[in-house]
Amino acid sequence: MLGRFPALAGADLDVEPGEIVLLAGANGAGKTTLLRLCAGLLPLRSGHAEVLGVDLAVDRRAIRRSLALVGHETFCYDDLTVRENVRFATRAVARSTADADAALERVGLERSARVTHGRLSQGQRRRVALAIALARDPRLLLLDEPHAGLDEQGRTILDGVVRAAPAEGRTVLLASHELHRARPLATREVQISAGQVHDPAATLRAVPSRRAEASA
Amino acid sequence: MTFLREVALVAGKDLRIERRSRVAMQQILPFGAIVVVMFAFALDADRTTLPIAAPGLFWAAVLLAALLAIGRSFSVEEVNGARDGLRLTGLDGGSLFVGKAAAIAVELFVLEIVLGVAVVVLYDVTVRGLLALVCAALAATVGLAATGTVYGVLATGSRARDTLIPLLVLPAVTPVMLGGTQAFAEALDGSMSEAWQWVQLLVAFAVLAVAAGTVAFAPLLEEG
Repeated sequence: MLGRFPALAGADLDVEPGEIVLLAGANGAGKTTLLRLCAGLLPLRSGHAEVLGVDLAVDRRAIRRSLALVGHETFCYDDLTVRENVRFATRAVARSTADADAALERVGLERSARVTHGRLSQGQRRRVALAIALARDPRLLLLDEPHAGLDEQGRTILDGVVRAAPAEGRTVLLASHELHRARPLATREVQISAGQVHDPAATLRAVPSRRAEASA
Repeated sequence: MTFLREVALVAGKDLRIERRSRVAMQQILPFGAIVVVMFAFALDADRTTLPIAAPGLFWAAVLLAALLAIGRSFSVEEVNGARDGLRLTGLDGGSLFVGKAAAIAVELFVLEIVLGVAVVVLYDVTVRGLLALVCAALAATVGLAATGTVYGVLATGSRARDTLIPLLVLPAVTPVMLGGTQAFAEALDGSMSEAWQWVQLLVAFAVLAVAAGTVAFAPLLEEG
C-alpha cells in the first residue's frame, strides 16, 4: 500500500526456477514494490505470495538468507571499506571471506577493496552492491534498475552475472527501464502497469532445490 | 552461525564504524569530559560538595553522552538504506539487538573509565569498594545500552529521531541512573552491603532490558 492506495493489485506472477524474468513498466508502475515484497522488506497486506517455498504472509524474514536485492540503495556503510562491507554481508550468511574476495574480483573491484564506501563513485557503489549479492550466493537475485549508474565495463560485468545466473542455480527478477539492454538477458518479459502484472500465473515461486533443477 | 558469532559480527561492525568515523573520540568523549570539568568548576568553591555530588555528576555525564552514542548508532543505519541492508542480512533479530547494544556498551564503558579517572582527580574522590563500583558500572551500562538500543530502533526513520531518543530513553533509564548513583555513593561511603543491594537492582534491570530488547527488536526493526 502507498498511503491509501494499493501499490500492487491483482498482481499474478509465477516464476520457474532458473528463469530470468524482466519486469518492464513505467515509473511508479510497481516494479520496485514487487521486488521489495519478494525480498520480504514489505509486508503483504492481502493476497498470497510464496517465495522460495516460503509464504510471505507467515514469515517474510525466513527467505532473506537465500536471496539478494540490488536496489537503488547500496545498503552499505560509508565508513567501512569496500571489503569490510562485502565481508559483513557475506559472513552474515556464514560464507567465508574468500567468497567475499572472489565476488569483489568478479565485479572488478579488487583494487578498490580498501577504499571506504563513502569515497566511491556512483558506478563503483553499484558494483559493491552487486558484489555483496554475489558473495551471498543467493538462490533468488532481485535486480532493480541494475544498469543505472554503471559504466560500459560495469554493464558488461552485470550482463555476464545475469546470463550466468541459471547455470549457477539462480533465478533472476530484473526490473529495468533500459529495455534494449535488459531484453536480451531475459528469458521472459512481463509488463507491470498500475500495480498489475500482465502475465498468466498464480503464485510467485522460485528454485526449491537449486543446482539440480538448474541443470535439469 | 551461532548466536554469539552473529553478535560479534554486528558489534564488530558498529565498533569499526565508530573507530573509523572517530565520532566517539571526537564528540562523545570530549562532551562527557567537558560536562565533568564544568561541574568541577561550578562547584569548586565548596570542595566538600564535589566528592558528595560526584556519583550523580558522573552518571549525568554518562547519560548525556549515552544519548549521543545511541543516536549515532542508529544514524549510520539511515544512510544508503543500511537499515534495509541489515534486515536483508537475514541475521536473527536477537543477535542484531545484542550486537548493537554491546557496541554501545563498550563505547560507554570506555567513556566511564575516562570519566571515572577524571572524577577521582578533579573531584578529590577517595575510591573505596572498587569491585562494587565496577560491577555497578557494568550492570548500569548494560541496562543503559539495552534500553537505548530498543528506543533507538523505535526512533529510527523518524525525522524527529534526535528529539525522540532523549524523550523516550530518559524516563526509561531513570532506575539505572538512580541505582548507579546510589550504588556509587554507598560504595564510596564504605557502606558495601547497601552498595551491593543497588548493584542487584541494576543487574535485575539489565537482565529485563536485554530480555525485552531481544524479543522486541526484530518487530521494531521491521515496522520502522
